[in-house]
Amino acid sequence: MSDNDPQRIAIETRVNGTSVHAEVESRTLLTDFLRQDLRLTGTNVGCEHGVCGACTVLFDGEPVRACLIFAVQANGHTIETVESLANSEEELHPLQEAFREAHALQCGFCTPGILMSLAPDLDEIAALDEDAIRERLSGNLCRCTGYQHIVDAIQSMNPEADGD
Amino acid sequence: MKPPVFEYHAPGSTDEALALLGEHAWEAKILAGGQSLVPAMNFRLASPAILIDINGVDELSGIETAADGSLRIGAMTRQNVVESSDQVRAAAPLLHKAMPWIAHPQIRARGTLGGSIAHADPAAELPAVMLALGAEFHARGPSGERAIPADEFFFGLLMTALAPDEMLTAISIPAQAPRSGTAFVEFARRHGDYALAGVAVTLTLGSDGTCESAALGLLSVSEAPMLAVQAASALVGTAVELSDAEGAAELAAGEIDPTGDLHASADYRRHLVRVLVRRAVVEARAGIEDRG
Ligand SMILES: Cc1cc2nc3c(=O)[nH]c(=O)nc-3n(C[C@H](O)[C@H](O)[C@H](O)COP(=O)(O)OP(=O)(O)OC[C@H]3O[C@@H](n4cnc5c(N)ncnc54)[C@H](O)[C@@H]3O)c2cc1C
Ligand code: FES
Ligand code: FES
Repeated sequence: MSDNDPQRIAIETRVNGTSVHAEVESRTLLTDFLRQDLRLTGTNVGCEHGVCGACTVLFDGEPVRACLIFAVQANGHTIETVESLANSEEELHPLQEAFREAHALQCGFCTPGILMSLAPDLDEIAALDEDAIRERLSGNLCRCTGYQHIVDAIQSMNPEADGD
Repeated sequence: MKPPVFEYHAPGSTDEALALLGEHAWEAKILAGGQSLVPAMNFRLASPAILIDINGVDELSGIETAADGSLRIGAMTRQNVVESSDQVRAAAPLLHKAMPWIAHPQIRARGTLGGSIAHADPAAELPAVMLALGAEFHARGPSGERAIPADEFFFGLLMTALAPDEMLTAISIPAQAPRSGTAFVEFARRHGDYALAGVAVTLTLGSDGTCESAALGLLSVSEAPMLAVQAASALVGTAVELSDAEGAAELAAGEIDPTGDLHASADYRRHLVRVLVRRAVVEARAGIEDRG
């Protein structure tokens, strides 16, 4: 049944709330599908090895590595990328706003992956102590900030602390 | 890099998956969580001609507790589901304790219990834990189903007792015996990295308060995940005092066959095993008193 042409497969998925029908090559990674086919370039690609976390997106609501999933596997599932966070160019998501306030990014390469790793459980994570927050960040590498400002940004969102 | 061209199949049942595997065994690979296979494909270390994606086979995931308290966990059960399962915490505390040491939350959201066992990385936590738990693996192939005890499953570097046309379907774990304690300890440079060495221990005391049985699974210190058999049998019959733990640690350090690499020399791994076995045995023993 196989010939030398790469197999192309029709998929139907929901990306950032919009239903998407597409035809993909079986070996296309979800990262490349998002970036190249859908032009959603917020999801970054660092290592394609599962190590850096820059490609983290939500798959059925859970943070996962988009570089370790084939686009065909998104068939019948929902994907959310960093582009889903802000309501508009003017109105950032509160977590993005907190990152901006606390200077939690420099080059910004790691930021989309970090935001998507935190977004689903933000209230729970923000209420953790510093060690536990660093633990939750262990799956995302940042080469610039030294993490301190990222921790600060997250802690500033703790619903149980009084904002000052 | 990008993965090589392959033919993709997404069967909806175990039977369908097995039929595909039977047809293509030597050129096909099962795709479970993909957290080891896809990086290997992206780096062209693996180039299967055919992938059989079993993520759509619902019957392969789920956790059941049997009447005798033992667990049966489907091969496709995600690592983060095992991690947060109350059934697992109750029947197999050792497994519950070990789960957070595997990689990062984003990896455990996709990675599966069966995938880690079938992959049989000597540096992985789960194979060593399964050895210490005395788990049994259920495999299905063209000639039907068979159960393989954990200590007959791991052969060498990434090698298992599974035939190319067989797949792992479920894992059985006996309920933790009364008057027993467990511990999992490992040393890694950074939490989430593969450990330089690690130890999983199960200890059971008899009615006279001495050790009736012991099992020590070791990771990252040999070609394959292994049981420290001499160390475990030396503990049997003792009261598991600190000196007994030290004796077992010394024996374990002699039983392993570590290799040196970029991350740690063979001598350093031996040293780690000595320290970690002692700590793990002491912790497992202390856990028994906690339970009253
Ligand atoms: C950055 C990173 C860090 C990691 N750190 C750790 C760590 O610290 N400790 C650790 O233990 N693991 C670690 N892992 C690996 C992770 O736990 C994997 O999930 C696991 O090794 C493989 O499980 P999987 O379900 O992803 O399997 P896959 O990658 O899909 O498959 C792995 C292999 O097993 C075979 N296979 C899978 N399921 C079956 C089955 N049911 N029957 C027969 N064969 C099967 C596949 O064909 C393949 O050869 C890490 C991974 C990454 C990317
Ligand atoms: S690009 Fe996916 S983890 Fe680095
Ligand atoms: S801000 Fe540059 S990598 Fe994190």
